[in-house]
Amino acid sequence: MSGPSSYFARHAQALLSSAGHLARAPIATTFTVVVMGLALALPLGLDVLVRGAREATHDFSGAVSISVYLKAGVAEARANQLARTARERPAVATVELITATQALAQFRAQSGFGDALDALEGNPLPHVLVVTPRQASANPAAMETLRQYLAAWPEVDAVQLDGDWVTRFNAMLALLRQALLVSAGLLAIGVVAVVGNTIRLEIQNRRAEIEVTKLVGGTNGFVRRPFLYTGALYGLLGGLTAWLVVVVTLALLNPAIARLAHTYGSSFTLAGPGVRDLGILLGGGALLGWIGSWLAAARHLARIEPGAG
Amino acid sequence: MITFEAVAKRYRNGREALSNISLHLAPGEMVFLTGRSGAGKSTVLKLIALLERPTRGRVTVGGENTGKMPAWHVPAFRRRIGVVFQDHRLLVDRPVFDNVALPLIVADSSLKEIDKRVRAALDQVGLRGSERVLPAELSVGEQQRVGIARAIVSRPPILIADEPTGNLDPQLASEVMALFRRLNEVGVTVLVATHDLQLVRESGLRSIVIENGRIAGSEADGALPIIEAHR
Repeated sequence: MSGPSSYFARHAQALLSSAGHLARAPIATTFTVVVMGLALALPLGLDVLVRGAREATHDFSGAVSISVYLKAGVAEARANQLARTARERPAVATVELITATQALAQFRAQSGFGDALDALEGNPLPHVLVVTPRQASANPAAMETLRQYLAAWPEVDAVQLDGDWVTRFNAMLALLRQALLVSAGLLAIGVVAVVGNTIRLEIQNRRAEIEVTKLVGGTNGFVRRPFLYTGALYGLLGGLTAWLVVVVTLALLNPAIARLAHTYGSSFTLAGPGVRDLGILLGGGALLGWIGSWLAAARHLARIEPGAG
Repeated sequence: MITFEAVAKRYRNGREALSNISLHLAPGEMVFLTGRSGAGKSTVLKLIALLERPTRGRVTVGGENTGKMPAWHVPAFRRRIGVVFQDHRLLVDRPVFDNVALPLIVADSSLKEIDKRVRAALDQVGLRGSERVLPAELSVGEQQRVGIARAIVSRPPILIADEPTGNLDPQLASEVMALFRRLNEVGVTVLVATHDLQLVRESGLRSIVIENGRIAGSEADGALPIIEAHR
């Protein structure tokens, strides 16, 4: 009696019926979708923030450098030679030699202790190599390797890593990432609960219809089908709402973020969620809605049995 | 086709609706079930359609012991029984066509089959042309006929009806009974619970009288037991 076309027609009918039910109750549907949208928007917004911060960290990688203080008495020619050697390292982007003379002149100009410096017999400052790593090597592990390499030179007195704050920043980002995952999990449970409760009420409202359907031989699976589609549609619309919320929020915030970044000499702005994010939101939202409605339907539909009145 | 063996039914509120009832309907038979309100007629029908299960005894429908039927098999079982209710039990927000088509939809029939059978069923109850009408736009009698069309659309071997003529005028009631007789003539086993003794007398069919949850009598050929005839 039935075939694949009939099967798909039944599902299409259930889907359209579910969409019709949502459309016939626009206010209730909107409230549910908005609640789900906001719940899904929070982890998405946090994700956008973390991704933006990571991008910002890459921008800051130019600020990470290693100061190599040479021992007193190392000749300027040798210092130049060491600078050339350092530049040949693949991990190194630039090496700037600040000679002892230049350092003293800078100190004299900036410190205001010119007269005191004149009293010194010689220049107490060493030559310094300021080594900036390439962007790909501006990570804690590569920086440590480079530091150990430079510290092993016999002419080197001390090596100072000037990018500890980046390491701390990355640790904070990792923490934020963990918080994102935890909050996403909790909010997913919240979404499932919202859909489950909405479907529970829907089941109560359609009790008479369910009883008649079971009376004429409808299985729990058949009765459950439109509720599952309703839950999935809630999730789909909730995902779309979340995407729009984040896009609109970023559009409002980005000018201010750009102004703030500009004061640090950066052109940074937060990149909005892309098509991939939209796909994940729609798929994830529909899945959560499906799960929530399945749980509610499994619990409540089995309890409804037709009576003869 | 339908057999009750020493069946009792006690509801959760403690009321004993049936006490030690035994009856038998042969395949293709049409029988009336009569008795006062609360006598237990509806409970008999509920037990047949597996809307309730017996507290004691054995109910066999179409060779299947309903008391031991697993829950997963109940929907398939119910598809083999057409049920007509006094209050119609129609879906008020669905047109007549959708109401009548429901048993075929749950049975996963093809769209072509549904269209053909629904129109045939509506033809049988004289409602052809009302496919798109909502139940609320129909008279009570027409709503009852929609309920009957829904009960017969999947051509079930068993048809049970609870006061199917309760809301109908005498002429409509006669038409409905004539329809049941026609279905019975093509082999459908029919059990009708009714107050309408005139209908029973005119039918010339077997009747079973229930009083206080027990069989008070059973007569063939439309004759009623004394207890009913003097009511």
